[in-house]
Amino acid sequence: MTLEAKYGVPTVAMHTDKFDRVVRSVAEVNGMPDLAQVFVPQPIMGKTPRELRAYVDGVDPITGRTVMQEVVEGLTRTRDGARGTIEYDRSTPRLVQPDSEENLHRLFLERNWTDNLPIVLPTEERVATMLSGTRRKPDEVVGRMRSTHFREYWQYTVEKVAVNAVMAGARPEYFPVILALAATGVTARSSSSSAMASMAVVNGPIRAEIGMNAGTGAMGPYNHANATIGRAYGLLSQNGQGGSVPGLSYMGNQGNNYAYNSLTFAENEERSPWEPFHVQHGLTPSQSAVSVFSGVRSTAFTLGLREKHWREHVRHLLRGMDPHGPPTLLLDPIAARQFVDRGDFAKKDALIDWLYDTARMRASEYWDYQLIQNYVYPRATFGEEPWATKLEAAPEEEIPMFRREDIHVVVVGGETNGYWRIMGGNYQKTEPVDPWR
Amino acid sequence: MSTLSVLDPTGYPPRISAKPLAPRLDTLNGRTVYLVDCRFDDSDLFLQQMQAWFTEHMPSMITVLKRISSVYLVDDPKTWEEIKARGHAAILGVGH
Repeated sequence: MTLEAKYGVPTVAMHTDKFDRVVRSVAEVNGMPDLAQVFVPQPIMGKTPRELRAYVDGVDPITGRTVMQEVVEGLTRTRDGARGTIEYDRSTPRLVQPDSEENLHRLFLERNWTDNLPIVLPTEERVATMLSGTRRKPDEVVGRMRSTHFREYWQYTVEKVAVNAVMAGARPEYFPVILALAATGVTARSSSSSAMASMAVVNGPIRAEIGMNAGTGAMGPYNHANATIGRAYGLLSQNGQGGSVPGLSYMGNQGNNYAYNSLTFAENEERSPWEPFHVQHGLTPSQSAVSVFSGVRSTAFTLGLREKHWREHVRHLLRGMDPHGPPTLLLDPIAARQFVDRGDFAKKDALIDWLYDTARMRASEYWDYQLIQNYVYPRATFGEEPWATKLEAAPEEEIPMFRREDIHVVVVGGETNGYWRIMGGNYQKTEPVDPWR
Repeated sequence: MSTLSVLDPTGYPPRISAKPLAPRLDTLNGRTVYLVDCRFDDSDLFLQQMQAWFTEHMPSMITVLKRISSVYLVDDPKTWEEIKARGHAAILGVGH
């Protein structure tokens, strides 16, 4: 689109057929609905040269026309879109057309405004009650989100966040945390084909004030605040950004069950041997905050740390992660103290140093990962560090799988046992909650 | 039947600015067309096959296989400027 619009170069964009609706939609919202786009079958990845040549010689699965005829015509035949610059508005009404409760529930489902679980209808009275949970004005813009890099940002106000919080079943006292999540601008409904979810960790006094769970069952459906805050974050994301619809604005190939409440829980600061997560990121213990991770997909787990081979066990867990999904250790306090005892990691930084140094693999194997090829190798060849230096490693050299700054540790759990897990994902930011009270 | 008045949960979209498409070429004969590898899921291998097709079927056309400088998420003005200066058209692939 940049080449076509900014540089004036006639361009054809090639895509695979599974993405026809989404790429046409992206072209439209970028003001180029008539962009020349030609489709070949999915997948490209892993196909032989002969199979790929068959794609070239074959037909566009969307139009049924010859691929190369469409390509040549896309560069030579005048298209409707060559028509000068215009602008047009899109608007969002404040209210839905009044209707019966049953019909409104059906409407919300049909418009893909829910997570397909029952919702609380956001009446004016309920939304007003939710708004009592903050001093912020209803029309104040909280932030903006988009489902993918190529889509346009949508904005949302305090009132829009309140509407989604009501739908999720949240209480007004949770609202500052939900507003803080909204203010991060990190969507919990990424359209990535890798089926991402988000994870939200709450720290500080707000945890106790609203009764969040940091102990037994904290990451499961056993606490009203944990459950509905995370659900509100997801609903706000899909509605605030203008949709999350499979095939159109959501392309996660398998979906992700974590997305139901975006893995929202409180850190067990009281039982942790280390400083709280938000303190590591510049806040004080007396401040409240929520930290957001994205790209959450993979999990590894084990029980405790055995005296003889704990290092090898942890190394194998780390090696099981995709190197493009850096690890966040979610440690029950029992496991956290075992790391202190076994490894002498009195400081969390010391543990992270050890994890960074332990997670290694042969350079040739690292660079052959598909996600590394897609997202890291190009940056390495562009000269970006630390990847450019990694690229110089000999094929048999053991190189770090992750950047040290991408490795994190959070303490959560009720000490019913020393189970712990590693969540693959990317820390994004920590947002203070107190300004949203 | 009693009715309820409820609020719309969707955010506010930005204005859309329609952008003009570039003028198309009258012919590809003798023209230079860049095949731009977006460096995603073996797209380079696909574009090599497309380049072979052009060599066989449109030998008077010049094709240049060009990789973007970094990942497809990063704008690449250096490459776009090269294409603008030395080429007449481009085929980008393979995106999602």
